[in-house]
Amino acid sequence: MRRAAVLGTGQTHHRTRRTDVSMAGLCREAIDRALADAGVDWPEIDAVVLGKAPDLFEGVMMPELFLADALGASGRPLLRVHTAGSVGGATANVATTLIRAGVHRRVLAVAFEKQSESNAMWALSIQPPFTAPIGAGAGGYFAPHIRSYIRRSHAPGHIGSLVAVKDRRNGALNPYAHLRQPGITLESVQASPMLWDPIRYDETCPSSDGACAVVIGDESAAEASERPVAWIRATAMRTEPTFFAGKDHVNPRAGAEAAQALWKAAGITDPLEEVDAAEIYVPFSWFEPMWLENLGFTEAGHGWKLTESGETRIGGKLPVNPSGGVLCSNPIGASGMLRFAEAAMQVMGRAGDHQVPGARVALGHAYGGGSQFFSMWVVAAEPR
Amino acid sequence: MYTALSAPLVIGFDYTRSLGPVLGRFMTGLRDRRVLGSRTADGRIHVPPLEYDPATHAPVTELVDVQPTGTVAGWTWTDRPLDGQPLDRPFGWALIRLDGADTALLHAVDAGSRDRMRTGMRVRIRWAAERTGNIRDIECFEPGVGQAPEQEIGGDPVTIMTAPIRLAYTHTTSDEESRYLRALAEGRLLGQRCPVCRKVYVPPRVCPADGVPTEEEVTVRDHGTVTTFCVVNVPFAGQRLEPPYVVAQILLDGADIPIPHLILGLPADQVRMGMRVAAVWRDRETWTYTPENIAHFRPLDEPDAPYESYEDHL
Repeated sequence: MRRAAVLGTGQTHHRTRRTDVSMAGLCREAIDRALADAGVDWPEIDAVVLGKAPDLFEGVMMPELFLADALGASGRPLLRVHTAGSVGGATANVATTLIRAGVHRRVLAVAFEKQSESNAMWALSIQPPFTAPIGAGAGGYFAPHIRSYIRRSHAPGHIGSLVAVKDRRNGALNPYAHLRQPGITLESVQASPMLWDPIRYDETCPSSDGACAVVIGDESAAEASERPVAWIRATAMRTEPTFFAGKDHVNPRAGAEAAQALWKAAGITDPLEEVDAAEIYVPFSWFEPMWLENLGFTEAGHGWKLTESGETRIGGKLPVNPSGGVLCSNPIGASGMLRFAEAAMQVMGRAGDHQVPGARVALGHAYGGGSQFFSMWVVAAEPR
Repeated sequence: MYTALSAPLVIGFDYTRSLGPVLGRFMTGLRDRRVLGSRTADGRIHVPPLEYDPATHAPVTELVDVQPTGTVAGWTWTDRPLDGQPLDRPFGWALIRLDGADTALLHAVDAGSRDRMRTGMRVRIRWAAERTGNIRDIECFEPGVGQAPEQEIGGDPVTIMTAPIRLAYTHTTSDEESRYLRALAEGRLLGQRCPVCRKVYVPPRVCPADGVPTEEEVTVRDHGTVTTFCVVNVPFAGQRLEPPYVVAQILLDGADIPIPHLILGLPADQVRMGMRVAAVWRDRETWTYTPENIAHFRPLDEPDAPYESYEDHL
């Protein structure tokens, strides 16, 4: 297969309300940084791929229509990707596929969410007729599955709080992060209100405005780059129904199968030994150990032990979310691409204060819907 | 064969648009009875303004005044205006090129009758009496030129525009769901078995695993086991229950997939995985086609179900 590489990444300063910019301005803040980071200008971009989560979040049907000019899509192909919360990752994967297929030389992928234009909890709790009024947003959806994980794995109750402390402290090292809390402690997390028992306030993601962009190029574009690139070793995506009899909400089959396909395509046989940093989609802190298992970093039921031992901190065996992750910044549609971009930044050596020393191979991961869509990639400092 | 059930579903939210530097100045101008266009690198003036130049992709920074008068470049007529449209009487939809602009703006022309509309006609803005920095500050256009009203500088720059959005649907149930709802109206919980995997789905649906319609009807008991649950402590927009409350996944006896419902009748902190529960039905005379015929589930005086009996349903 043809090679592809991340030439540059860009992201916004993520905030609760970016009322200083429109949706177009938000996207361009990320895009302009990505182009500068890649050292390329508009004439060198062949196509644009846009991702964002459900249109109800901003109340704009098909925002790609009115954003086309701002995204630089005039005279170029523009594709829109929809896979709920995983969409940022899926968007980067679609752009990678366009390169690997030999269709384009350089593709711009961008993803955004402007949560301040409405209320995602409202948008995720729409009550259709003939149903009981019991939806309670994403937290209400995922809390029971976290409870199931705790029961199944016999994880101690403080694991979720440990993840929150780590990620928020990591976020304090990231100048773009929405929440930057260097002083957070296990005690302060456990003292925060229980929102959706067993999920506490400090164990849940914020609601953010933000965008992310990446420029992906083919082998010749990568070789023409004056700066280090992140070679895309493998991508994978899998889907399963939101509900079916026998669905494993703790360890979804689609996620496990995507991970197996990803490691195989990347030539990785022992992910825990061979991956230097992981940016995993963790909107509620307990999903760190859950996804460590689903991704095959540990056996089922053992993910929390890696977290508890401190091995997922920067400096540990597998630093997870050195950027602070979704727990620090959650512009939903962009959150997946931020994971992918942060993984690339690690292997390009451009992660600044949250750089994992010597990172050569990194994972970017995203999931969306009711643990329904999974997208992931492995990036590395060397092509193979 | 059952007929499908249908009911209205209205979704609405007052979205708050962050306007940014270009559209913010445009909306501030409308509030002050000014129309601003943006000049792109090719010298053209765009109304409404563009934020980014479509040719060079550079941010557009130069805004210039155009006139509140213009020329109709093309039009159509609507005899039956819809809710939310600029006028509630028949009007013309027109592409209007304002004097000084190079692009046309779509808006309503209050011409009175179709006969008064023509391409090339001269029109002027009719400003809304109360202006807030919103595209609705232009109430509509009207035929004629005449004297433009004075600009009024109205205070702080406009940065946010509220955009109320209402979507009205008719929600129609599937055949499988209709059967389930009609049984609920009779106080029964109806499932259907997938002919391929033999799993019993409540509510029935096309089997998500096998992609085939479920056919064989199975009445399941209104007793079940709590597989897992959430204690909702958080209030949110549109919420219909007062927190705290417990939403549980309940595996009804005879079903292969849990349903979500409320657990009441004991303190939230005493709800357990594996707890045996029974439906509490509302008064029979209130029953209709809804799972709300079951007010909630209550604990049964039975030993908890062993973990192994429901672990494959988590």
